[in-house]
Amino acid sequence: MTATALRPPGAGARPEDDVAPVQRMRRIPRWALAVAVVVGWVVVWYFTKGTDTLTLGGRENTDTHDTLTSFRDWVLASRDTNPIVQLTTSIAEVFRSSVDWLQRMLSTANLPRPVPEVGWLGVTAVAAWVGLAIAGWRIALLVTASFLSFGILGFWQDSIDLLIVTFLAVLAAVVIGMPLAIWIATSARANSVVSVVLDLMQTMPTFVYLIPVVLFFGIGASGAVVATLIYALPPLVRIAGHGIRSVSPTTIEATDSAGQSRMQRLRKVQLPMARATIIVGLNQTIMAALSMATIASFVDGPGLGQPVLDGLKINDVGRAFVPGLLIVVIAVMLDRTTTAASERAENVARRGGHQHERRRKLLLAGTGLLALVLVYVSRVSLWAAEFPESELGTSLASVADSASTWVTDNLSSYTNPFRNEFTVLVLNGSDDRPGLQSLLAESPWYVTGAAIAVLALVVGGLRALLPTLVCLAGIYFLDLWHDAMITLTMTLVGTVLVMLLALVFGVWMARSRRTDLVVRPLLDAGQTIPPFVYLIPVLALFGPSRFTAIVAGIVYAAPAAIKLVADGVKGVPATTIEASRSTGATRWQEITKVQLPMARSSLVLATNQGLLYVLAMAVIGGLVGAGALGYDVVLGFSRSEEWGKGMAAGASIVLLGVMLDRITRAAAADRSAPREPSRTSRMRWGGI
Amino acid sequence: MTRGWKGGRLAALAVGATLALAACGSNSIDAETQENEKKAQAAGGACEELNMAVNPWVGYEASAYVVGTVAEQELGCTVNYKNLKEDVSWQGFATGEVDVVIEDWGHPDLEKKFFEGSGDGSAMDFGPNGNVGIIGWYVPPWLAEEHPDILEWENLNKYAQDFATSESGGQGQFLGADPSYVQFDEAIVENLDLDFKVVFSGSEAASIEAFEQAEKNKEFLIGYFYEPQWFMSVVPLEKVALPPYKEGCQEPPEDVDCDYPETVLKKIVSTEWAESGDPSVDLVKNFEWTNEDQNTVAKYISQDKMSQEDAAAKWVEENPDKVKAWLP
Amino acid sequence: MTTIPRTGRSTAPQGATAGAEQPPAPGSGDAALSVRNLWKVFGPKADKVVGTPDADLSRQELKSKTGCVIGVRDVSFDVAPGEVFVVMGLSGSGKSTLVRCLTRLIEPTAGTVVLDGEDVTAASEAKLRELRRTHVSMVFQHFGLLPHRQVLDNVAYGLEVRGMSKKERRAKATEILDLVGLDGYETSYPDQLSGGMQQRVGLARALASDPTMLLFDEPFSALDPLIRRDMQNEVIRLHHELGKTMVFITHDLQEALKLGDRILIMRDGEIVQVGTPDQVVGAPADDYVRDFTSDVPRSHVLTLKWVMRDPRPGDSSEGPVMSSDTVVFKAARAALASAHPVRVVDGGELVGIVDDEAILRVVVAEETTEGSKP
Ligand SMILES: Nc1ncnc2c1ncn2[C@@H]1O[C@H](COP(=O)(O)OP(=O)(O)OP(=O)(O)O)[C@@H](O)[C@H]1O
Ligand SMILES: [Mg+2]
Repeated sequence: MTATALRPPGAGARPEDDVAPVQRMRRIPRWALAVAVVVGWVVVWYFTKGTDTLTLGGRENTDTHDTLTSFRDWVLASRDTNPIVQLTTSIAEVFRSSVDWLQRMLSTANLPRPVPEVGWLGVTAVAAWVGLAIAGWRIALLVTASFLSFGILGFWQDSIDLLIVTFLAVLAAVVIGMPLAIWIATSARANSVVSVVLDLMQTMPTFVYLIPVVLFFGIGASGAVVATLIYALPPLVRIAGHGIRSVSPTTIEATDSAGQSRMQRLRKVQLPMARATIIVGLNQTIMAALSMATIASFVDGPGLGQPVLDGLKINDVGRAFVPGLLIVVIAVMLDRTTTAASERAENVARRGGHQHERRRKLLLAGTGLLALVLVYVSRVSLWAAEFPESELGTSLASVADSASTWVTDNLSSYTNPFRNEFTVLVLNGSDDRPGLQSLLAESPWYVTGAAIAVLALVVGGLRALLPTLVCLAGIYFLDLWHDAMITLTMTLVGTVLVMLLALVFGVWMARSRRTDLVVRPLLDAGQTIPPFVYLIPVLALFGPSRFTAIVAGIVYAAPAAIKLVADGVKGVPATTIEASRSTGATRWQEITKVQLPMARSSLVLATNQGLLYVLAMAVIGGLVGAGALGYDVVLGFSRSEEWGKGMAAGASIVLLGVMLDRITRAAAADRSAPREPSRTSRMRWGGI
Repeated sequence: MTRGWKGGRLAALAVGATLALAACGSNSIDAETQENEKKAQAAGGACEELNMAVNPWVGYEASAYVVGTVAEQELGCTVNYKNLKEDVSWQGFATGEVDVVIEDWGHPDLEKKFFEGSGDGSAMDFGPNGNVGIIGWYVPPWLAEEHPDILEWENLNKYAQDFATSESGGQGQFLGADPSYVQFDEAIVENLDLDFKVVFSGSEAASIEAFEQAEKNKEFLIGYFYEPQWFMSVVPLEKVALPPYKEGCQEPPEDVDCDYPETVLKKIVSTEWAESGDPSVDLVKNFEWTNEDQNTVAKYISQDKMSQEDAAAKWVEENPDKVKAWLP
Repeated sequence: MTTIPRTGRSTAPQGATAGAEQPPAPGSGDAALSVRNLWKVFGPKADKVVGTPDADLSRQELKSKTGCVIGVRDVSFDVAPGEVFVVMGLSGSGKSTLVRCLTRLIEPTAGTVVLDGEDVTAASEAKLRELRRTHVSMVFQHFGLLPHRQVLDNVAYGLEVRGMSKKERRAKATEILDLVGLDGYETSYPDQLSGGMQQRVGLARALASDPTMLLFDEPFSALDPLIRRDMQNEVIRLHHELGKTMVFITHDLQEALKLGDRILIMRDGEIVQVGTPDQVVGAPADDYVRDFTSDVPRSHVLTLKWVMRDPRPGDSSEGPVMSSDTVVFKAARAALASAHPVRVVDGGELVGIVDDEAILRVVVAEETTEGSKP
């Protein structure tokens, strides 16, 4: 109960006059308390540093890890008799044969034919026609250009393969996800249970479950589809469930009162009314599926991930860049197509569209016929079946390669010293001045644990404390405390930098349309390009180090945060800004006193997503010398006997994610609830 | 209305034009189809499919694609290359998804699980492939030239501070490798009283990039590396001498204080496939080549940017004698 | 449905008769709708409130004690066939809750609702659906139209869920759209229509299934005054043409007086008074109702019955003759023009006398209250 509420209504003076001090008194303790906790922590650190840090060597395991490994071994040993495995292998067979059939139709030679049943010309024509039919001629052009770029850049087959795998995974996601979405939309209990599972599916690093998935579903296309499915399912379930839940209760009531059955309500009211939101979910699921492309290639999943990894094997930036770029092209194409298709469907519904219907049908029939002719041509003539060779891909690769070399050669003499300064200042500290990492990881575990718990209590109250304690306990029992604290450090530092970027660019984009137009595609690319593409240049600039991992996390997380902030600031009503201008506020005052405070819920959401995205890149950190949990996961993925440690590391990452999520949410809920992500700033998670 | 009509006319026009085009192009596809059919008959179906695991490093690719190319060209096999990590490859033996791992650097844990005796017997050792793995501590060439004494481990402590980085906490940094490799560096550092800290690069790409930058910028760097490796032909790293390997000095792992032994790289295959009597079995059995051979093909791939298929085909063409020796 | 053991305090009959005796309901025969001891308690363990001493606590007390909110408290009333029954009260008084309990859009906590002889509260889910499909329809304040369907299909929705064929239901819907004056808008989408037109669609949707009873929950509150008046007239017209029973919720007294045969006034979930418009205005049950009705031009509502005095021997027999249900406002001119008091005659019998002063008291009191408004 606040003091404000106790005041008799309308009693005299303007409320701000006497409320403000009261609120200030209430607020100051929150951050002052936090500072006090940190100061106390530093003092304790000074006397206890280096003791009880629970450090575990790079190749050391504990019983917990060995138990996990032997559990995996047990499953592996029982695979011939295990009924679950029998079931999953038959499911896998369906995926495998579907992919195989589609490949023979569209992308690989259907022996003894030297080419697929339908050549590039036919495939492109049909794809363009579909684009035209569902989204209009602009999209048809975009689709045509994208498909042509697959061939021109020399990755026709891999691109189509990636589309096939994505298509099947998304199809399966819809089949499984829509009933789940309906379920969580209609039952609060189901919602709470399912969302924990979804949290797990989204934050558990793929490398941890990739090998078990292969155990159950086999190598190649089937394992790739399933791994992709696991990662891509949550956005659809979450967003579609949210959409169905938020259908106007008045409408539900009104139609209920007409005596509809439950099924009629679902089919005729809830699903149609949530359609736009469901499409956003579908869109997110497609993007998530694409971000798994490279990972799936580790188990022979077909698609563009393969050439990306080929490039990585020979440290050839250019060679990895071109297929990486095509993944971005596919992502942008599918994103724009699904969005445009849903907008168009809505517009047609709105405008009635009956007058144009006849003309449209004729146009579609005409172009459809044309597409069929092209399909036929691509079946009989070689030039239309096999994409003509082109040097463009290789020259683009060498351009990218030399650009990257030029940049790294010219900048590394600045970047490396910068990395050193930064690392010492922020992470390492010195003997008598702690860095963030030394504070978190070099304090005794119970000191760090207690400090984190108290900080959670201070910023988020009891609602934050409970999950924090549970997560910390989990991390403790998984025996990777020290590594977890290092990962936490990098995540926090990365997020602070992400938010700085998000504030600067978000506000800038919100205030200037031109900036927005230029920056947005770059952000799309940053979010969808596989990290494996930019790993090498970043390594060249910063060497194998924690800082490199932080940079990779920023590249991945900043786009989402920037978009969220930009959309939030843009969402501030023009009238409010006008009102502030009319009082003679400067631009700076307008930003700091009106736009940012009013976009607060977006800032909170951006921070929350930033934390989780940076954390999602922990595994990439493991690949670039940052060690900690990311390295443990990669280790578990690489060496069979270390799987248990990898699993424990993955679980620790999940716990860190849940902890950070709950603390930020509780901190925000104290004053206002964070908004659901808006349409333009979609939720995206790390593909690792 | 007009648009529709136009569309129709356009379509008609296209039909005409493309049918004409199609007519002149059609032969090549049919011809090739027939040729393929003939080829398949000629092979007589003796060779079934060969599922070749391709582990993610270039040297491996070189071996895998050379064997695969020979199997295709000489035995008429259909070769399925499967890009897999080592663990996954071994898992695939039992399900028939993988027949051959052509270059194995030693996986005691996997052997325990999949070899006859201790495991389910789905995999078996098919003998050495002729390559010898040399694992050890390496420094960039400029460093070896400037400070030749650095190539003796006893002198490493003298330079420890030069090797220090932001990651090594005041000690010298030793760059550990991709986690796929068996590494004892933490124990070696400890047991030889070296003032170093092992920082794991985490991936082969990170290690290679680090050595490349160190050579380019004349920086101190020491780390775990190995041959055969394509990168050695770009930057010929120098090996630091550790106390020589003696039988048993790696047991138990925490007491290791010696260099890594030379590793004889092996072929591991699926037991079921090995007993199938397929002609490709003998090919794989007979396959053996030198580090130099592998490095040649690896150079084609990594330096000359050839595709794996082209690189392998080129080598096969250039070395008919060696290839003949492998054929059944 | 459980019966309610509680007895005591305010009960509906008392409330209903407060102030004046209940007039005979218009129409005849059994009640179209009969509500008895209806309760709705929101919150945790809501079913543990009715029948315990907690049920006697005031809303605030109950809220702070158990966390439960009372939506409807022990309400009983009857609605006659063909009657327009208006429910009014301040915001939060439980009107919407009450009307939703009638078709169990909100599940009542206790009590019975009998609709056309059918016990709604005991009906199975299928039976309830049947009732909703054929007996009662509802019109909502915020329309509740389906944005993805054309007007025609919105109107036909009730028929569609019943399983009527497309052709048939569309024909029927077209007919109803004519009736509410929306012909020509069949293929429009709801968001292409103005608020008033959208509510006509809502009305048409309710009428399409040809129910015996219509429920309205503040159907015109979201509309501007002119359109509101149009819609009210529309409802009156439909009532004349179709003669359906209506339960109409509003918090606009003018609207209540204009439409209602009888008015039920609620406060904090309870009935305060039930009566005809002139009863409510002429004999408010308490200050709450008086306050409520204070802005009403009483001369337009009160009939001579409310201002007449008993005839006395020696009263002039020259004055104009009027019936007792003549509205004061209408009687005023003739009464004031004549030198003699008005003689109120019902069925040929003299029942009362209205003199100028009585008339002026009503008209002048109105002027002063209006004049004293801030
Ligand atoms: N689902 C619910 N849960 C808890 N309390 C509710 C719920 N619905 C209504 N109430 C409470 O019941 C009381 C009556 O609400 P109701 O909506 O029936 O009022 P109303 O008379 O229709 O008001 P208005 O004129 O504003 O529409 C209110 O105090 C409200 O807070
Ligand atoms: Mg209401």
